[in-house]
Amino acid sequence: MLYDALIAPFLEFEFMRRALAGVVALALGGAPIGVFLMLRRMSLVGDAMAHAILPGAAIGFLFSGLNLFAMTFGGLIAGFSVALLAGLVSRVTVIKEDASLAAFYLVSLAVGVTIVSMRGTNIDLLHVLFGNILALDDQTLLVIAFNATITLVVMAVIYRPLVIECVDPVFLRTVSRAGAPAHLAFLALVVVNLVNGFHALGTLLAVGLMILPAGIARFWSRDITGMMMISVASAMASGYFGLVLSFQTKVPSGPAIILVAAVLYVFSVLFGNVSGLVRQLFPGRHLEA
Amino acid sequence: MTAQLAFQNVTLGYDRHPAVHHLNGEIVAGSLLAVVGPNGAGKSTLFRGIVGILKPLTGAITLGGLKARDIAYLPQSVDIDRTFPISVFDFVGTGLWRTTGIFGGLGKTARAQIGQALASVGLNGFENRNIGTLSGGQMQRMLFARVLLQDARVIVLDEPFNAIDTKTSADLIALVRHWHAEKRTVLAALHDMEMVRAHFPETLLLARGSVAWGSTQQVLTADNLLEARRMCEAFDDGAGTCVVDAAHSRAA
Repeated sequence: MLYDALIAPFLEFEFMRRALAGVVALALGGAPIGVFLMLRRMSLVGDAMAHAILPGAAIGFLFSGLNLFAMTFGGLIAGFSVALLAGLVSRVTVIKEDASLAAFYLVSLAVGVTIVSMRGTNIDLLHVLFGNILALDDQTLLVIAFNATITLVVMAVIYRPLVIECVDPVFLRTVSRAGAPAHLAFLALVVVNLVNGFHALGTLLAVGLMILPAGIARFWSRDITGMMMISVASAMASGYFGLVLSFQTKVPSGPAIILVAAVLYVFSVLFGNVSGLVRQLFPGRHLEA
Repeated sequence: MTAQLAFQNVTLGYDRHPAVHHLNGEIVAGSLLAVVGPNGAGKSTLFRGIVGILKPLTGAITLGGLKARDIAYLPQSVDIDRTFPISVFDFVGTGLWRTTGIFGGLGKTARAQIGQALASVGLNGFENRNIGTLSGGQMQRMLFARVLLQDARVIVLDEPFNAIDTKTSADLIALVRHWHAEKRTVLAALHDMEMVRAHFPETLLLARGSVAWGSTQQVLTADNLLEARRMCEAFDDGAGTCVVDAAHSRAA
């Protein structure tokens, strides 16, 4: 019975195995990025960037239909340009970075939806907005795995300056020039992983597999290594159980994955051992020292 | 006696308004110099200029062959994200940046060094605590431990004893004197004149320009302090171009 529910679908259907492989790769790359986004108070920036990817992907779609490389490439370009333009506007004018990013992503979203509906059908639009993890072909899977690998390698390279830049940016500035490049590389990784998630979960939910696991991890660990481990594990768990859920019910796979993550998140908010609500309400007697 | 730091007609400021105005002088290698002056006198601005965060509007600061990155700098309002989950050990370890760089690992010696640095500021046993759990005084001790590890020839401390209790500041000033004994050049911005008189042989009294610079006894006179206090703090939005500069460029 349990075997039928949890394992059989993956043995039986190739598309389920592909989806699982895809979601594992997404979790490996995206979750650690999500942890840093959260620690730098940039969670919503991730969300905004995700929207910004849409017009790029849409232009790719306009020229060559649901073509993997055109849409990936377009998404990357759009993501990078919005990130850079928003940074530029906030540096040169009085607008703060968050406001400027909000302006850019709203425009991007409108442009993107317009472009897709000019050429495609509503189904295409749904595909772009919410992805389709059950239809990952070999190429897409390879792209996702490739991006996840790149992410892990680059993260390893920029890890130390990135951490120091989060904790004490002035200190990093006085000892090294690595701060700004590390920050830019990090932003690039955010875009790469959003484009990655876009294929499986669509522009609107791609950021979910980055931010929700990071939020979950915050409730279970006090140090950053632990947080990254837990976030990756919970992202993978959400992916797996989300796929099972969507296989057994009629829930579409992308939302199912994010829903499972959301359930884990709510559970963590309530019962997490680092500042979880229950823990705060019933802290136990105070200690001696 | 070689000059470790030299200022040639240095003007530092923001938006063309000078905060440090036409400063000239030298700091001999191995000096222990207190920089004193009212709020807004330009102490922090001067330090930012020294460590290269702020470029001089005019003039030049020479560092006696050092690079700005070889100076250990402890800013006044430390912009540290204390909620970031990093342990005291790892945080202090960043002081070894010059030897580890981006990639270098922390070997046995490095770990021992970090342990020693923590011990010498009295933070043994805090290694695995998160930095967010430290009190104000412990935080300052930790920052001194990092400066210690930076092993720099020049150390710049911007008001390091603000809101710190006497025990902690006594411990930390002992560390400063130790650095002095090791022939390092130490600059500290301070407000506590007692402390300056007790521990700092040299003083620069700053009020945009240098009011007096020399041995502490001669600098910290009632007259000098009064003159420094008279300096006005606010930028004058309608200020004209500085005539000293104009005279300079005409002379040049």
